[in-house]
Amino acid sequence: MPNGAPTKITQASGTKGGIGESMLRPDGTLKVTGEFAYGSDMWHEDMLWGQILRSPVAHAEIVSIDTGEALAVPGVYAVMTYDDLPTEVKNYGLEIQDTPVLAHGKVRHHGEPVAMVAADHPETARRAAAKIKVEYRDLPVITDEASALAPDAILVHENRTDDHAAHVPHPNIVHRQPIVRGDVAEARRRADVIVEGEYVFGMQDQAFLGPESGLAVPAEDGGVDLYVATQWLHADLRQIAPVLGLPEDKVRLTLAGVGGAFGGREDLSMQIHACLLALRTGKPVKIVYNRFESFFGHVHRHPAKLYYEHGATKDGKLTHVKGRIVLDGGAYASSSPAVVGNAASLGVGPYDVDDVEIEAIGLYTNNPPCGAMRGFGAVQACFAYEAQMDKVAGELGMDPVEFRRRNAMSQGSVMPTGQIVDSPAPVAELLRRVKALPMPPERQWESSEGADVRQLPGGLSNTTHGEGVVRGVGYAVGIKNVGFSEGFDDYSTAKVRMEVVAGEPVASVHTAMAEVGQGGVTVHAQIARTELGVAQVTIHPADTQVGSAGSTSASRQTYVTGGAVKNACELVREKVLEMGRRRFGSYHPAWATAELLLEGGKVVTDGGEVLADLVDVLGDEAVEVEQEWRHRPTEPFDLRTGQGNGHVQYSFAAHRAVVEVDTELGLVKVVELACAQDVGKALNPLSVLGQIQGGTTQGLGIAVMEEIVVDPRTAKVKNPSFTDYLIPTILDTPTIPVDVLELADEHAPYGLRGVGEAPTLSSTPAVLAAIRDATGLELNRTPVRPEHLAGA
Amino acid sequence: MDFLRPASWEEALAAKAEHPTAVPIAGGTDVMVEINFDQRRPDYLMDLGRIGDLYEWEVGEDSVRLGASVPYTRIMENLRTELPGLALASHTVASPQIRNRGGVGGNLGTASPAGDAHPALLAAGAEVEAESVRGSRRILIDAFYTGVKRNALAPDELIRAVHIKKADGPQQFSKVGTRNAMVIAVCAFGLALHPGTRTVRTGIGSAAPTPIRAAAAEEFLNAALDEGGFWDNGKIITPSIARQFADLCSAACNPIDDVRGTASYRRHAVGVMARRTLTWTWESYRGTAHASEGVA
Repeated sequence: MPNGAPTKITQASGTKGGIGESMLRPDGTLKVTGEFAYGSDMWHEDMLWGQILRSPVAHAEIVSIDTGEALAVPGVYAVMTYDDLPTEVKNYGLEIQDTPVLAHGKVRHHGEPVAMVAADHPETARRAAAKIKVEYRDLPVITDEASALAPDAILVHENRTDDHAAHVPHPNIVHRQPIVRGDVAEARRRADVIVEGEYVFGMQDQAFLGPESGLAVPAEDGGVDLYVATQWLHADLRQIAPVLGLPEDKVRLTLAGVGGAFGGREDLSMQIHACLLALRTGKPVKIVYNRFESFFGHVHRHPAKLYYEHGATKDGKLTHVKGRIVLDGGAYASSSPAVVGNAASLGVGPYDVDDVEIEAIGLYTNNPPCGAMRGFGAVQACFAYEAQMDKVAGELGMDPVEFRRRNAMSQGSVMPTGQIVDSPAPVAELLRRVKALPMPPERQWESSEGADVRQLPGGLSNTTHGEGVVRGVGYAVGIKNVGFSEGFDDYSTAKVRMEVVAGEPVASVHTAMAEVGQGGVTVHAQIARTELGVAQVTIHPADTQVGSAGSTSASRQTYVTGGAVKNACELVREKVLEMGRRRFGSYHPAWATAELLLEGGKVVTDGGEVLADLVDVLGDEAVEVEQEWRHRPTEPFDLRTGQGNGHVQYSFAAHRAVVEVDTELGLVKVVELACAQDVGKALNPLSVLGQIQGGTTQGLGIAVMEEIVVDPRTAKVKNPSFTDYLIPTILDTPTIPVDVLELADEHAPYGLRGVGEAPTLSSTPAVLAAIRDATGLELNRTPVRPEHLAGA
Repeated sequence: MDFLRPASWEEALAAKAEHPTAVPIAGGTDVMVEINFDQRRPDYLMDLGRIGDLYEWEVGEDSVRLGASVPYTRIMENLRTELPGLALASHTVASPQIRNRGGVGGNLGTASPAGDAHPALLAAGAEVEAESVRGSRRILIDAFYTGVKRNALAPDELIRAVHIKKADGPQQFSKVGTRNAMVIAVCAFGLALHPGTRTVRTGIGSAAPTPIRAAAAEEFLNAALDEGGFWDNGKIITPSIARQFADLCSAACNPIDDVRGTASYRRHAVGVMARRTLTWTWESYRGTAHASEGVA
């Protein structure tokens, strides 16, 4: 096992520490003090370093590759190109296997992997990679809908055979999903006001702090052990093994320390490359991207163009919504089809509208590939439909919150897909709560010693002492699905064991859940304590020696793997009680008659009477259960009408943004970003707060600063570094008051509702609405840049 | 890449004479980023960290001799009175960790138009003390920046110190970035009042191929302040004068469109910062004048 590989974490917590309590993360202190071992910290004796050579251009034919000079560099053990791939499987992909492990004949985006090197030092590997000579012949670049669908457009992927190829109107469209309900033409006639809008959403990056990293160790049985920072071990395994030509049981994955994910680790990055180099050289191979490479090494959030028409009656009821959402998926499909499905099915927002026509498409272009990121298609739509809601309210002369309230969906509402929302949907209540919060005081920068610039737009850059500063307030609310949708078999697996260790009953939980910071490692221990009445819980490192946990994404892990752990614990408890009945049943009638619980290390009746100590019940036996668990199934959306019970659960959050804008310089200070969210049941309230504040801040980022800038002429990325891809600092992060509702969803474990994504949706449009309120500008693009607000 | 570690200034000069392509490194906050990103592969890297003299400063009669490696944090903590413009600019440099290592010598060596120290140095008035085995010379800051990331140093020269005029009046520094901290300038502006000579000096960053002074704006304002007797009567500067000064500062710019901002926005923002910093410094000057009248 390499240095820095994960180890078991045992969490002891007295008799408390069950669900509903705020628990600190077991790895929190280690992370803050810099002692936590991330994937990039791993080390193995005799290890080599892998380096990938990437395309400097976005679209070109590869005329030739000459690896001679690179191979001659002392310290180089292997140089591999497409021709060296060992099997007939040379592509991978989450939904469509369209992504070459190494480019073949053609590169389709800036930064595409072309060749790779293994050497005994990272610098040697970099130098050698630079000596690989690749001759490119440039092709025209496809960068938007017009160029993708032009009559003479080059096909980004020829001869498509994927599931969507048959129904898309053009081969440069990955997937198209219409949603048609009611009769928009008829409803349009009832509208007193009709408002149209066109919106642009920039390309956001997940900007996780731990770059892609992993270590592949060749094994004696001809297989490989891969330690990797990822989001879904089994999806990785399914894509890696065929390319290596190995059966899945010879490719063993273990989760290495993950430094954030946000969707960006759902696709493979260096996994196959490290394994191939390890198998080729017979030595452990480590690959760590630097920050620059990381910007090319994972998918981003789809940039989008959105066209909307909303109609409403004078008394503020929506008559209809028409929308067209064009998502740019870039060169490879990644999860574009699912993102399209989300954008379409959630494209109206959390509102009751009977007459709807939405069309969402995902494009193939030569821009950077886009895929999963927190909010997954719902974010782009929310930015646009919430701007539209404000615009309609403005036309009607109605308060924007009141207008939303009159159209807010609630439990029992019907989605544009025909799906009935059969659990609480407190949309109006969430808005009411954020609106009722006291406003932050005005002119907080004023002090007896002059202006405190930290409280002003521009901050320490000292651009204003109050001149030109105008306050604005904005509201937004959003709807996000929880879990994988459209008929996907979205299960998880948990293995729970109970035994006596050193005189104490101990539960251990083993899942393949990727802990990427979301807090599953804490929540699983809480669930085990609640269900099994033990103090000590050991969390096994996540690996592929247990069944799939599904992805750590879609706000689903607490629901699905939490549900699997709960279910496995219940089965263990039944077995333990059965053992108890066998051993002690004759001593007390309650063993046969009463409802029995495990509490405080004992078997107790629901009346609180202690029947036995778990230590005595278990003796030297261990009870172990490994079981898959599933939530309610979903259905695919009809390809023409979009009708279908496509989603598992919906989650809702609302924001109120208070901003101060320096209207002369166009600089923005977000003063406060209040959030109200229904979480069904907060299993770990502290962690829920962290998710909501983090999601809110990520939404703020795309509102005012975060954007990967792609040159429209060359499709090349212009700012692949944290020097020019800006994410909020603590001075940009406002006070975030959070109001958490717990309205149980009876279909979900403990009534919980996925938390992680909903706050990322409404944060962005709330900030935009506040900036519009301060400036009076239309602002149909995010992120807003200073030149959009002043002096353009 | 060879790593040179001179133990003294004389050794450093000798090494630089022998290896003119050697890249000096002090805090490393610029050079190491370029090396890590593989954008720069110097044949020789020369670590100046052992030369203690570079981390010291002396406050003289008229000016401060600031060692090339004095970190920005020290400037903020110790030289706020003597060098208020540079102290404000130092405060906007990156993050606390970087301010603890980076110094003005590095900003001058890199000579990026976006370096935060430049507008403050131009506005205050400064001379760069450059030295080689051939001898020492002082380069006027106005003549130091010769092109995009180019400066007036000869290949065998090293920056030993900067001589910056002590403030004889209020100074201000403003920088526009798209984040409220830890941001590279979209554009920046420094302004210093020099009541002793009855002049105003400016410095503009990130709005031309090099850091520049807005010469025509300075001339206009010096004449207008003189004609109106403003230095003596301490009146509020009339809005039309402030506006014209701002417009001339905008006109001095020769900016580009890039990923950080557009040319037209940069021109506009420099004008706004010019007007605001003039207002702030002049208010401060009037306040001081008023107080000294009271004492007299």
